[in-house]
Amino acid sequence: MRLRGIPQKKRSHILFLYFLSLLYLLSFSFSADAATPPDAPPVILIQDATVMTVSHGTIEHGSILIKDGKIAEVGQSIKAPAGAQVIDGSGQFVIPGIIDCHSHIAAEAINEGSVSVSSMVNMEEVLDPQDIDIYRDLAGGVTAANILHGSANSIGGQTVVIKLRWGQPASKLPFEGAMPGIKFALGENPKRSNFSIPGQPRRYPATRMGVEQTIRAAFSEARDYKKTWDDYNKRVAAGEKSLIPPRRDLKLEPLVEVLEGKRYVHSHCYREDEILMLLRVAKEFGFKVRTFQHVLEGYKIADELAAAGVGASTFSDWWAYKVEAYDAIPYNAALMTRRGVIVSINSDDAEEATHLNQEAAKSMKYGGLSHDEALKLVTLNPAMQLGIDKRVGTIDVGKDADLTIYNHDPLSAYAVVQKTLIDGRVYFDREKDVAHRAEIEKEKKALADKLKKAEQKPEEKKPEERPKPPAPAPTPTAQGEAGQGGAQ
Amino acid sequence: MRKKRASGPRSPLCLFNFLVLLGLVCAPAAGAQTQTPSVYAITHAKIFTLAGSPIEDGTLVIRDGKIRAVGTAVEVPGGAQVIDAKGLQVYPGLFDAVTQMGLSEISAVNSTVDTTETGNYNPDVVAATAIAPSSEHIPVTRASGITEVLAVPASGGFDSGGGRGTLGGQASAIHLAGWTIDEMLIKKSAAMVLNWPQIQTQTFDFATFSRKEKPYTEAKQEYDKQVNELNDWLDRARHYAQAMEKGSVSKYDRDLKLEALAPVVRGELPVLVFANRARDIRNAVAFCDKQKLKMILAGGEEAYKVKDLLRSKEVPVVLRPMLSLPPEEDDPYDRELTQPAELAAAGVKIAIASFDNSFARRLGQNTANAVAHGLSYEEALRAVTMNPAQIFGLGSQLGTLEQGKIANVIVTNGDPLELTTEVKYLFIKGQLTSLENKHHRLYEKYSNRPKPSAAN
Repeated sequence: MRLRGIPQKKRSHILFLYFLSLLYLLSFSFSADAATPPDAPPVILIQDATVMTVSHGTIEHGSILIKDGKIAEVGQSIKAPAGAQVIDGSGQFVIPGIIDCHSHIAAEAINEGSVSVSSMVNMEEVLDPQDIDIYRDLAGGVTAANILHGSANSIGGQTVVIKLRWGQPASKLPFEGAMPGIKFALGENPKRSNFSIPGQPRRYPATRMGVEQTIRAAFSEARDYKKTWDDYNKRVAAGEKSLIPPRRDLKLEPLVEVLEGKRYVHSHCYREDEILMLLRVAKEFGFKVRTFQHVLEGYKIADELAAAGVGASTFSDWWAYKVEAYDAIPYNAALMTRRGVIVSINSDDAEEATHLNQEAAKSMKYGGLSHDEALKLVTLNPAMQLGIDKRVGTIDVGKDADLTIYNHDPLSAYAVVQKTLIDGRVYFDREKDVAHRAEIEKEKKALADKLKKAEQKPEEKKPEERPKPPAPAPTPTAQGEAGQGGAQ
Repeated sequence: MRKKRASGPRSPLCLFNFLVLLGLVCAPAAGAQTQTPSVYAITHAKIFTLAGSPIEDGTLVIRDGKIRAVGTAVEVPGGAQVIDAKGLQVYPGLFDAVTQMGLSEISAVNSTVDTTETGNYNPDVVAATAIAPSSEHIPVTRASGITEVLAVPASGGFDSGGGRGTLGGQASAIHLAGWTIDEMLIKKSAAMVLNWPQIQTQTFDFATFSRKEKPYTEAKQEYDKQVNELNDWLDRARHYAQAMEKGSVSKYDRDLKLEALAPVVRGELPVLVFANRARDIRNAVAFCDKQKLKMILAGGEEAYKVKDLLRSKEVPVVLRPMLSLPPEEDDPYDRELTQPAELAAAGVKIAIASFDNSFARRLGQNTANAVAHGLSYEEALRAVTMNPAQIFGLGSQLGTLEQGKIANVIVTNGDPLELTTEVKYLFIKGQLTSLENKHHRLYEKYSNRPKPSAAN
């Protein structure tokens, strides 16, 4: 760090930031301790808990045996095998780990907003395993999330499903074998209604009409591109030699995958008309929309959604933040469910993700879903939407041991996550987290003291004169910037 | 839970219920109150008065807009409309102490937003002036059990329109029912908004759409300048107020802004100070102390760091939602959730508010989350009823179920803070008030949409 020639005040500011970043790293090393998994996953027995399987009812005083990261046994009472780690679940509630079908955590960038078709970019390439929101969402019981590109473009970037394996490198985050996806977006965001940069011209598309044509144009190109490659491959297969392969197009390749059913389309949308528009376009070009995201007016066309076999991933009760959200209703999830749509409740937000269980519970009040139906909104249903329901989403033998343990019925505002397991390993443990806090505080204070001492030492170079404080300061307690970290 | 009803299908109340429902359905959303009858008796309820322990099998009598009696040995007056609330619970209506209710309809659409004036010093502007009584937010919010709110100008939040100014204007306390603002008004001027200046080293430049770094010394100079300006405003207001008292104000040109500040410098009108960081809170407390202002802290993200100061200076805090991420990456993940318990334990008076419109109905949810993280349930209930009423000088009129208070009352099928609880009846100013709203109307409409024949 070059600190010379920087006024003392600013220098201490920089040092402070440096110190903060040290703390930041430190906090990782602490939490990572808890999260770094041993080589072999332990054998774990959760005993005497209320087990909400989602697939086959609730087992009071039930047990779950976990071996090799998978659920090995679920039942009323299971004997602990020798050497098994026993988790006393008395008074606790176990559910399948929460799956967030719309998340932007663990990413270093969200929107490649310069073009209206940005299918060449891929969220998997910008995964940030050190994003603290991974840990926070894990502490909210989330075990898997669909990491989406932003909604600035009609056709956005490629998406990736991850498990929230906090402490692991980026390469270990993706959910093995999960179908990759691509983000589409309709309505106000891709037409940039609420965003403008002064002095810059408006970008095409600027209307819902233009959004449709942007998508149609892209798929026309993709269809031609696919044909070029299909022809080439056919000729190669027929034994033709020294053919020049067509030039690869990284923008069109993912769209070809969509046409071939090898990549899911997750489309951001709000209004009923734009939703039906995309279903028409998809029919025209012969691809499927896997999920509509937000889909706040989905309740108006629930039958059409059900008939198209498309999933709906929505918010619990957000509304009125823009015109296309003005007809949003908290009954959306329940009404679509009643009409046969597979519905999930998502977060779109690192904080919202920490209480998706509570958001799901609202569908019991708004629309009268049953306890199990509500729970499905954040477990089995998002798993089905992401095509990972053979692996996760319910508590069944053979599935991944991705589980969340609460101290209360999870469909209550009073429930607090106690433990979160992924692949049979405890990635979040509230007790340990709380126990670590004193240690972290101590370490922080030691570092702060060290920093203060270092600052008091005479500088090797004469410190530049401090600027005079302007006028008589009205507030006697005006603090130096480092004062922020001072104990109070 | 859903099967617990106030009365069975064959009960004598059936007809009454039907008539009430008819009234509710027919009543326009704006006013949503029936004018008669004026006497109600809620009987056989568990009544949480918040002025003592809960009353089992109690009766609450409402007459002419006020609570006339509450207890177990209460006569049902002749002519009263009786609501048999067996199996139900009665609470004071919830009080959301920071909202932009009626001031903002669709936050992304500028023409529907009246939250924030331009310029830094607008002590003369009053929220009540711009509150739209027919805002769709009002019945939606009411359905969650909130009966009164503070509409706060320049209070940011999800519905913020950007810059907020230093003296943002006067917050108005309103009932969430009424055909006109006059019918809604509880207190036109309940607090003066003061957005405490911040030392901003990072700014956002809209011309280039990028963050800009500013040297600390420069940011500090700007901050000092703003605080000096504020100081100057209050000094001038004090002189003006003195001139007003001495009757010599006619010697000056009338100054509406200074006139609006007079009750502030006299300590009659509290300042609602929006500040989050510990440093800002400390500075604001010192400033208000020196200027002898009655301070209420709003926001208070890091209030826990200065809890002893807040307690010793008797500064109450209106906390922003606990369902927020911690300010620092190395803060405990539940930092915001444990703060209410920590402040309450330190003896700081707290209220919890939504700081929003469309998320106002999460008030109970936020408060329950504070309970899950250590706040006592009783204190939590007070934080959304009695405490905000007291903090804004309305304690004698609202916040508890006591004789003589305004009858803002909710009847629920359970804990009003819990996600699944339904509000069954709601009274504002002693009038049975509709729970119907835009969301339920759309739900009914589209639940009844015939299956499209074209759907294939």
